[in-house]
Amino acid sequence: MIKRVAIVGIGTTGFRPVTPDVSFRELIFEAARKAYTDAGMEPSEIDGFITTAEDFMEGYSIADEYCPDQIGAVLKPTQTIPGDFIQGMATGYMMIMTGAYRTIAIEAHSKASNMKNISELMGFAQDPVYNRPLRETPHAVAGLEMTRYLFESAASSEQCAQVVVKNKMNAMRNPYAAFGAEITEGDVLASEPVSLPLHRLDIAPHADGAVVAVLADEDTANTLCETPIWIEGIGWSTDTPTLEMRDWGEAAYARLSAEMAYRMAGIENPAALIDFAEICDEYSYKELQHMEALKLCMPGEAAYMLESGATSYQGELPINISGGARGVGHLFEASGAHKILELVEQLRGHAGARQIPDVNVGLAQVWRGVPTATGAVAILSNM
Amino acid sequence: MKLEDFELGGTHLKSSDFKQGKVLTTEWEPNLKYAWDNGVAIGRYLAELKAGRIIARICHKCDRIMLPPRMFCELCFRPTDEWMYVKDTGVINTFSIAKVNWDASRRGPKEPPLLPAVIEIDGASEGMGIMHMLGEVNPKDLKIGMKVKAVWKKPEDRTGSITDILYFKPVTAKRKTKTKAAPKAGGKR
Amino acid sequence: MGMRKVAIVGAGITKFVRRAQETGKELSWQASKMALESCDLTLDDIDMVTLGTAPDAFDGVHMKGEYLADGAGGIGKPYMRHFVGGGTGVFSPIHGWFHVASGMADICLVVAEEKMSTCHPHPAGAFLTIFDHTTEQPLMPTLIWIFALEMNRYMQTYGISKADIAQVSVKNKRNAMDHPSAQVAEKITVEDVLNSETLCWPVNRLDISPASDGAAAIVLASERVARRLTDKPVWIDGIGHSIDTAYWATRDLAYPRYVETAARMAYDMAGIKEPDKEIHIAEPYDPFDYKELHHMEGLMLCPRGKAAQLTADGVTARDGNMPICPSGGALGVGNPIAATGLMKIIEIFLQLRGEAGKRQVPGDPRCGLAQAGVDLMQMGTVVVMRS
Repeated sequence: MIKRVAIVGIGTTGFRPVTPDVSFRELIFEAARKAYTDAGMEPSEIDGFITTAEDFMEGYSIADEYCPDQIGAVLKPTQTIPGDFIQGMATGYMMIMTGAYRTIAIEAHSKASNMKNISELMGFAQDPVYNRPLRETPHAVAGLEMTRYLFESAASSEQCAQVVVKNKMNAMRNPYAAFGAEITEGDVLASEPVSLPLHRLDIAPHADGAVVAVLADEDTANTLCETPIWIEGIGWSTDTPTLEMRDWGEAAYARLSAEMAYRMAGIENPAALIDFAEICDEYSYKELQHMEALKLCMPGEAAYMLESGATSYQGELPINISGGARGVGHLFEASGAHKILELVEQLRGHAGARQIPDVNVGLAQVWRGVPTATGAVAILSNM
Repeated sequence: MKLEDFELGGTHLKSSDFKQGKVLTTEWEPNLKYAWDNGVAIGRYLAELKAGRIIARICHKCDRIMLPPRMFCELCFRPTDEWMYVKDTGVINTFSIAKVNWDASRRGPKEPPLLPAVIEIDGASEGMGIMHMLGEVNPKDLKIGMKVKAVWKKPEDRTGSITDILYFKPVTAKRKTKTKAAPKAGGKR
Repeated sequence: MGMRKVAIVGAGITKFVRRAQETGKELSWQASKMALESCDLTLDDIDMVTLGTAPDAFDGVHMKGEYLADGAGGIGKPYMRHFVGGGTGVFSPIHGWFHVASGMADICLVVAEEKMSTCHPHPAGAFLTIFDHTTEQPLMPTLIWIFALEMNRYMQTYGISKADIAQVSVKNKRNAMDHPSAQVAEKITVEDVLNSETLCWPVNRLDISPASDGAAAIVLASERVARRLTDKPVWIDGIGHSIDTAYWATRDLAYPRYVETAARMAYDMAGIKEPDKEIHIAEPYDPFDYKELHHMEGLMLCPRGKAAQLTADGVTARDGNMPICPSGGALGVGNPIAATGLMKIIEIFLQLRGEAGKRQVPGDPRCGLAQAGVDLMQMGTVVVMRS
């Protein structure tokens, strides 16, 4: 029986607001080539491949057709998961655990700059009969949720703005990040109101980029590299797609995914065991809401933890040291990939100026964005 | 279990159900727009088409001359090595005589059929085909293996698109054919 | 081998219809509910759910896996969507197999849905954007072109006529008369096919499966659980999947190499050395009639170019030596893309259990296969099942 699965190679292009110099194929090839070189393998030696993509983000029907060439998967066992990279990684994890595959490559990318009306696209994901005819901005769904979360947790818009300040500051130390900046709470609150309480700067801008990772079973991992990064736990979950039936205060999908991942990893007290986390902050309040759902703090405590500095670079539980979606940019299906990339770099001790000292266990969490209630969690360690 | 023992779901609606207003519907026309980055390989390919040439890319490891050009070889998984012009002639690998438009609407009685084909381009590696249209040929005369040559738009009309080639016509067709040029695609996009 | 064994223990399906009153969510729910009832389970017994569904453009919802989550029974559970174009329906049990064989789940609900009629004026419009956006879409292609181009090449390479190929459509539409889900079951002749409207020569209207709405579902269980749930588990003994390059015009269109690679993977896993002898019954994907022949050859059920002759000799008929598409296939039952693949899996499941009613093939089949695929003539998914 296979006991453990590890990440043995990872490659990225970094993340930029636009990438007009390369096609999606050329963008992905760069990340794939780097990942395979990092793993010390050629794609011909890899047993299976996964691309994460959604048709309308690519502008194709059956976007799956265009997945094999740029990841070296021609005539290889290959599939598309229309979901986040971490969901793709969960599939790769299961594939290796079956014993039928020793190594799996997973790819995620964003060419957000090629989608010319993202707002229309996000609206197109809403229920066609109940919600779409109302013609709300898709951000309104997040605005509704933020209002309810602030009400239940007693956190404030100012505290949400501090998430943005922290993460954009963190991004200044991340060479992959495009949106690093030194701003103030006042800048966020003074930015254009989008769907109050959401302001423009509460919302992550989009970015382009690609990430490819290679997974391997325990024996293969140990022969391939000195520091395999082990997948200790992985979980994914979906709450109701019906807006009218949701529990708006709690991010149930994050709680359920985390419970699944913690169970697998044998973690009973996550706040004590997890050294650092990369969690979804596509909207500023989401970082706080997700911290609570992930049980990294008690309900209603996330904002205080933030204010105390506990989640900062020098804090006890650094959160979004990469800069998160606010600092790196929102990457659609590659959102989870950027978080896994950060975990791997930190756990390998390769994070350069933003390296957190003495880290062994990291958590990555992702949400698929409005209007979904789907998310995933992965727990990685270097031991 | 037997399927026959279950009452299966799925209720068939007839067109008349809609016409008579028995079923209410919600319509939505998505307004999605994309501007795909061509990148290095296809960017050059289109620029060369504008100049009236077809360019391919070579991988020295597997010795393939590839169309459409690509900056990496998908089989060797390494960067490709150099550019190479290929001819604007080729051989029909396969063809069809299409009487429907892209949206499944039928071609009108006076609209000649569309003639899509896979054309193996001379100068590229064996079997390297591209999809394009055929013209200046009676559909009845079409054969797999026929030699064809590109008919280009006038230089001033070219935009850097695959449609800078209007169609391919048989090289040996000397007698006059009924169809003067390749028919225009129909259907509203 | 040491892998956990995985069985199919229950199945559900809706009728396949041109235009369903039900939404995609409701169709998914109908199929899922029937699958659960067929093996006396409730949704509470389900550990995880996976959904297969093809282009979002059909249902007209971006991220339609999210939209369909409640209908498919995924709420509050680990729920994921998988998508390999036309191959999706047969990939669905493969993705479910990952869940159970890995030990992550003991019971996994696998759902496949397609509601094509939502796309107006015709679902074919959604297929324009399957072609390369820069090098092909400006030519305004339609899906039938690529099949017509491949069919022409296949006919020319092996000297097969349109009449040879039409027999497949005649056989499958007739087989479908015994399938309770069937949309276009009818008794037709080869002449009917040849005289039907020519859409894109060599493709006539009756060479093509219809656009459909429908859903299907199965329940997968680990060995321990399966033996508790049923006396007649059907084991998934081999899985295979493969995708060829997206540069489709640079390939040999006469032979589906992607199906062969997928089949070899599945046969290796199932320990099958001589597929033409060891596989008793098969459901290859038949969106167009020639595709059944093409796919039989890729599956190595017969030598290249010989599938038409087997059909003419009646070998592939329901009472022949190697029944092919006894369900009626996509050509007869209908083709709601992802649901069609799972319909084929369900047909093999029922045939191996001896529960296919009037469709039951004689001779107590013990080993069957379902296959789907295509995309840009590049995707192959194969599942080998044994009773």
